Amino acid sequence: MKKVTQFLVFSSLFISMLLAHVSLSAQNIKPDADNAGLTLPKGFAALKVADNLGRTRHIVVNKQGAIYAKLERLDNGKGVLVLKDTDGDGRAETKTSFGNYIGTGIAIKGNYLYAASNKEVFKYALNDNGDVVDENAAATIVTGLIDKGQHNSKSITLDNAGNIYVNVGAPSNSCQEKDRTKGSMGMMPCPILDSAGGIWQFKVDQLNQSYASGVRYATGLRNVVGLDWNNQLNQLFVTQHGRDMLNNLFPDLYDTTTSAELPSETMYAIKKGDNAGWPYVYYDHIKGKKMMAPEYGGDGVKTVDDKYINPAMAFPAHMAPNGLLFYTGNQFPARYKNGAFIAFHGSWNRSPLPQEGYYVVFVPYENGKPTGKWEVFADGFSGKSVVKNPRDAQHRPCGLAEGPDGSLYISDDVKGTIYRIMYQK
Amino acid sequence: MQRIYLTFVVLFLFIAGVSAQTNNKLVAASFARGKTVYLQRCMVCHQADGGGVPKLNAPLDASTAVNGSDVAKLIKYIVKGFADRVEIDGELYSNVMPAAADLKDEQIADVLTFIRSHWSNKAGPVTKLQVKQTRSKLK
Ligand code: HEC
Repeated sequence: MKKVTQFLVFSSLFISMLLAHVSLSAQNIKPDADNAGLTLPKGFAALKVADNLGRTRHIVVNKQGAIYAKLERLDNGKGVLVLKDTDGDGRAETKTSFGNYIGTGIAIKGNYLYAASNKEVFKYALNDNGDVVDENAAATIVTGLIDKGQHNSKSITLDNAGNIYVNVGAPSNSCQEKDRTKGSMGMMPCPILDSAGGIWQFKVDQLNQSYASGVRYATGLRNVVGLDWNNQLNQLFVTQHGRDMLNNLFPDLYDTTTSAELPSETMYAIKKGDNAGWPYVYYDHIKGKKMMAPEYGGDGVKTVDDKYINPAMAFPAHMAPNGLLFYTGNQFPARYKNGAFIAFHGSWNRSPLPQEGYYVVFVPYENGKPTGKWEVFADGFSGKSVVKNPRDAQHRPCGLAEGPDGSLYISDDVKGTIYRIMYQK
Repeated sequence: MQRIYLTFVVLFLFIAGVSAQTNNKLVAASFARGKTVYLQRCMVCHQADGGGVPKLNAPLDASTAVNGSDVAKLIKYIVKGFADRVEIDGELYSNVMPAAADLKDEQIADVLTFIRSHWSNKAGPVTKLQVKQTRSKLK
């Protein structure tokens, strides 16, 4: 008997040592020789965790280091991938999948995984290993959200009070009577805002909620793809894709260069009830003003000073902020803690000028506020020094996640590459 | 007799040659005008290389429909817009293509002539008359 106990103690010690080895920090993981093709600040290194996964949109990493990725196109009929590094080399050795729906949003809170289709949000229980208990037992907590193709992806994040936040993008550019059509003016009031163009709040523990049972938490947001709950400030932050086609729709008011540079892509700190002003206004980071949209009587000069919230941070136009993550880890140098990473999917609305974005930026925060400066953190995804046409980009950053050891994970939805960024001095 | 015959043949070849040449010139002029329309009205979505935007805006370069013989369908897309969300060469696109009904028949013929013979595309020109006929049936 004593021998058996001894054996058990010994072997469990051995197993836990093994496990400790598997989850050993990034210091011991060998990056790719070419840093996965990325350019990073000094001291950072990168590797490809996995490649050719398909259209991987948002990602999340559980406490054990397994990655859940949401697919925008089904892979063998499945829309959620689970990737595991079984030998501790930082690369995923196993890939399984479940869920028969496409989508973008995915998140973990407590012992639950949440995943979004383009209309619904599902909830799965996780066991102590961070694995989904029953992949066929998805609870539908949100249903019936608008999906009209355009801006239909649903991103999700959760607070610490039992609520989940879902973006519902407006199926429209600027709420014209005829979408994106020259000469068509804006509808007043914009009827789209009743069921889209905002962030809706739902309860995590109720089934089949929809517009009637949810709360329109914030409105006037054209198409939010990045959203994250900032736990330090206990507040929702979102990144909005600004409107397109100022020159095409109003060539007399905006030349091609202005149209390529405006309007700003924006990040907002959201309070319940906020209105960011879409479609009536857009933000101009060069002037630092909210501008009246041309569909609503604007002329490129008229500003709107009241009513609508100002962005916490503004970026050049059309770069498509698809992923937002507040960094809470200790692996990166101290200045990164509580700052924001943003994955810019890259523009298409800037031609004839070259496209922009296709990189991950860092926004330093001080005392709960962005310092106002942003810097490119990870570049090189496109494989081109200049992306003239979007189809030339080999990879486009989309989702962001933080690993239990503080590594930063980035997904690409062109080839389905997952990158891991580590600080190794 | 033989001489008269020969003169006819020469004359015929000459006229055919000239008209082919004028036709080429007309097509070239239409192509050039079409390029201007493309830059102002289509390039924003379909891009300078005609490659579109993956998952968002369909490519025109190497597209089956753009190179196809169903010109009426292409004319309809321009006049009425296009947001059917059907698979195009095996891929879905989520943006909407707005109608450009303010374009004149000739401008539509021009821009279609341009997209059908630019990049790797090698399909024939579209005429103003074709647009006029198709358009009258669309109303
Ligand atoms: C706002 C973006 C936008 C603009 C501007 C636009 N298109 Fe499109 N176009 C699209 C989208 C999106 C589709 C695919 C629609 C669908 O799948 O329902 C498309 C499809 C097409 C197709 C069909 C392609 C195929 O392979 O079936 C043609 C032809 C076309 N566009 C030509 C044009 C021309 C010519 C212009 C300019 C006069 C133009 N488009 C302007 C977005 C645009």
